[in-house]
Amino acid sequence: MSQTFAIGIGGAAGQGVATPGDILALLFSRRGLHLNAYNAYQSIIRGGHTFLTIRAGVDEVSNLGDGIDLLIPLNQDTMERHLRLLTDGGACIYNSDTIKAGTAAEGVQLCPLPVSTLADITRNKVAQNTLALGAALSMMGVGFNVLEGVFQAQFGRKGEAVVNENVSIARAGYEYATANFKPFAKPLPMTDKRYAVLSGNTALAMGGAAAGCKFYCAYPMSPSTGVLHWMAAHGRKAGILVRQVEDEIGVINMAIGAAHGGVRSMCATSGGGFALMTEGLGLSAMAEIPVVAINCMRAGPSTGVPTKTEQGDLWQALGAAFGDFPRVIAAPLDIGDCFTLMPEIFNLTDRFQCPGIVLCDLLLSEGRLSVDPKLLDFNPHIDRGEMITSNGEVHDEYLRYKITESGVSPRAIPGIPGFTHVVSSDEHEENGVLISDEYTNHAKRRVMMDKRMRKVAGIEAAVVPPVLDGPADADVTLIGWGSTDGTIKEARAMLAEQGITTNQLQIRWIVPLHGDAILKILRGAKRTIMVENNYSGQFARYLRSETSFVADGHIRKYDGEPFMPHHIVEAVRDQLAGTTTLSIPTHEVMV
Amino acid sequence: MATINITPAKPMVMADFKGKVDPDWCPGCGDFGVLAAVQKALIELQIPNHRVATVSGIGCSSNFPGFINTYGMHTLHGRSLPVASGLKLANHDLTVLVTGGDGDGFGIGAGHFVHAMRRNINLNYFVLDNQVYGLTTGQTSPTSRIGMKTKSNPYGNMDTPVNPITLALSAGATFVGRGFSAEQKHLTELIKQAIQHKGFSFLDIFSPCVTYNHDNTFQWFRPRVKKLEDNAEYDSTNWIAAMEKATVWGEEIPIGKFYERTDLPSLEETEPVLDDGPLVDRDIRVPAEAAKRFVEELM
Ligand SMILES: Cc1ncc(C[n+]2csc(CCOP(=O)(O)OP(=O)(O)O)c2C)c(N)n1
Ligand code: SF4
Ligand SMILES: [Mg+2]
Repeated sequence: MSQTFAIGIGGAAGQGVATPGDILALLFSRRGLHLNAYNAYQSIIRGGHTFLTIRAGVDEVSNLGDGIDLLIPLNQDTMERHLRLLTDGGACIYNSDTIKAGTAAEGVQLCPLPVSTLADITRNKVAQNTLALGAALSMMGVGFNVLEGVFQAQFGRKGEAVVNENVSIARAGYEYATANFKPFAKPLPMTDKRYAVLSGNTALAMGGAAAGCKFYCAYPMSPSTGVLHWMAAHGRKAGILVRQVEDEIGVINMAIGAAHGGVRSMCATSGGGFALMTEGLGLSAMAEIPVVAINCMRAGPSTGVPTKTEQGDLWQALGAAFGDFPRVIAAPLDIGDCFTLMPEIFNLTDRFQCPGIVLCDLLLSEGRLSVDPKLLDFNPHIDRGEMITSNGEVHDEYLRYKITESGVSPRAIPGIPGFTHVVSSDEHEENGVLISDEYTNHAKRRVMMDKRMRKVAGIEAAVVPPVLDGPADADVTLIGWGSTDGTIKEARAMLAEQGITTNQLQIRWIVPLHGDAILKILRGAKRTIMVENNYSGQFARYLRSETSFVADGHIRKYDGEPFMPHHIVEAVRDQLAGTTTLSIPTHEVMV
Repeated sequence: MATINITPAKPMVMADFKGKVDPDWCPGCGDFGVLAAVQKALIELQIPNHRVATVSGIGCSSNFPGFINTYGMHTLHGRSLPVASGLKLANHDLTVLVTGGDGDGFGIGAGHFVHAMRRNINLNYFVLDNQVYGLTTGQTSPTSRIGMKTKSNPYGNMDTPVNPITLALSAGATFVGRGFSAEQKHLTELIKQAIQHKGFSFLDIFSPCVTYNHDNTFQWFRPRVKKLEDNAEYDSTNWIAAMEKATVWGEEIPIGKFYERTDLPSLEETEPVLDDGPLVDRDIRVPAEAAKRFVEELM
């Protein structure tokens, strides 16, 4: 397994955990390192507890890992909660004026900083954070100079004086650490690569922009709000109209209106807002107007735990809106995939004139990852499907819902002479005339249902089936979906070191699922274990309903925190030992 | 706006605006008169039918788009305004009419109604107000009078009715009027003015339900309606005066243009992203220079 270095910074909300976090992320990326970061926080603007983990390494860092190498507690509470995460070789840098050291494990270096003697704390309220940053840099074996550039990027907008003040405070911390603390055994590596660091929400927004989305609207809801923020800040330059709307019912319907007008349009929300959108998704399906709705899942039900992650809305997405209709649902595998997926799902919804749902979650939405900037491709393949955008062709009466073999009927955009028609939410004939109410006719209804549902076959053919990663004859097959991909991968590497071979089936397309292909893969598996960040095994139930497949065991977590690799490793070992078939790991880190 | 000035190749006549099917409203329903007035207004304004979109919710009145030959959208109960807003923002060169009932607009869709007016988006919202739920066979609506007996309130309605005119005025609508289905010439004129107004225009149109509302019938309205246009003193640019007139209800019920202000830009005019023309006409790709900067920001 490749070397990584993880830093944990914790404190009360409002103590400035984010700033050193941003600075470290920038520093790592400028050293050509990969990183993965996640902020465990509470729904509170001031107070409470927030804990940011940043893990860096030369190779891709697919998840947050199990432990940390350096702890920077900004208050006593953090010291008490997290000191035990440090193991031999780790260190803890803290303000000895206000924080008492806890009892650390063997080999952990406690690094007290006499903050009030090193900086003027009456002038600078966050001096302890900056001093700790400087000290950390020294202990990581990084030359001080890089920090100046990073501060320039971080505080440059606030003026030269702010940059200089921060540089001098950091330098004091740096020098104090050089004189008083032991550096880490291995200095922080460096490469000549450069990565872009972004959150899943930024990736979803940018991916949407790259896909050609021209209309974005939203009602704020954690953890999806970052999509709105990126869109609002960049929309004018990107040529995207961005609107904050009165509620999520308004959001989905406005997005559908814009889509009918002929542009690609999308929206993002979380479970509660998604619930309000469901009737609209049915309108998209019935009127055959493509729209993309993102659900950044948080722990539910109801208002639930707004700042915690879960994969608990699978059935909500599968059952969103009443009646039968074609839809596509995808769950991005990591933050980079949040970008890549958007043009793909837009192409499908355009080609098949149906709603598309992205099931992201807080872990990806608010986590941050380094990606190769080449991956953020603003020239992806774009396929808008069968659209009529000019009156060039000769036609008889235009039939918006023409019966076709594929089920797809060419879609005329309002404004073109000769193609006036009505799109409707009531069942209709080929020309859009309503066949419900006065015109109810079961034969016509059946023909229209068949037409729409024929699109399902086309959707299935347009998406490649999932593939198995790892040796076919492995001892254990781990099955996951969406955001658990990276953590499962690391757990597999750890299991391999312990002599247990594994492979992995990670599902990205929930609909179309490709049940037959999945069954073929799983029939050959020795022992199948499903990993899900929810209580009831929502994907296990879905897979069973689609394929009759029942896994041998399950690993589930529903405490609001993501899996850590050792959770999966231990659960797999327990299940191989035959002690259980349902493991529910305990999150030992108190966040 | 360009839409209104577009001259069609051949003049628009009544047949051009005739829908694929004839209305299935009950004989004598007030909605027939509103449909006719809208068609006449469009012909008088000579807006080509393919440059018009008619968006509705659900209800008897919301079947409107099916009976007029324009680009039509028949959406969800109460959601016509957000759908129409999205359509307008995607292609602001279209003339967008929004039609529906009192239940659709002031009940289930009340939230959208208020916010659409705040935005001053250039939509033309015509509520076919029959003070009852027609399509669902006669329940109390938000504009039903106190005491009105319906299937859902057999002992009489107890809730104060919404006053659509004061509601629209206080939400910031820049064009507020009231019409009566039976006053064809007056209504056609009002609809024309509403369409020509830049910004949100709202018309509450009395459109009696002959089947389920036996209180507010054509006969009941006829002697009561008094045209504001007949009152030379009335100043429709005076918001306070409009508010006062809007509360008059009883032996006299004012109809006509209550209020119009023309000094506020519409949403499409204020939104810089729309400066370069309708979104639907734009290049689908993000400008290369901008895309490059978006990525660099992250490094
Ligand atoms: C979400 C939802 N709730 C309820 C209905 C049933 N429904 C259809 S039309 C209507 C009321 C119609 O009243 P109004 O809007 O005044 O129109 P009218 O029929 O009187 O013209 C109702 C309650 C529906 N279609 N959708
Ligand atoms: S029920 Fe009333 S509103 Fe509906 S069509 Fe008949 S008369 Fe008109
Ligand atoms: Mg009504």
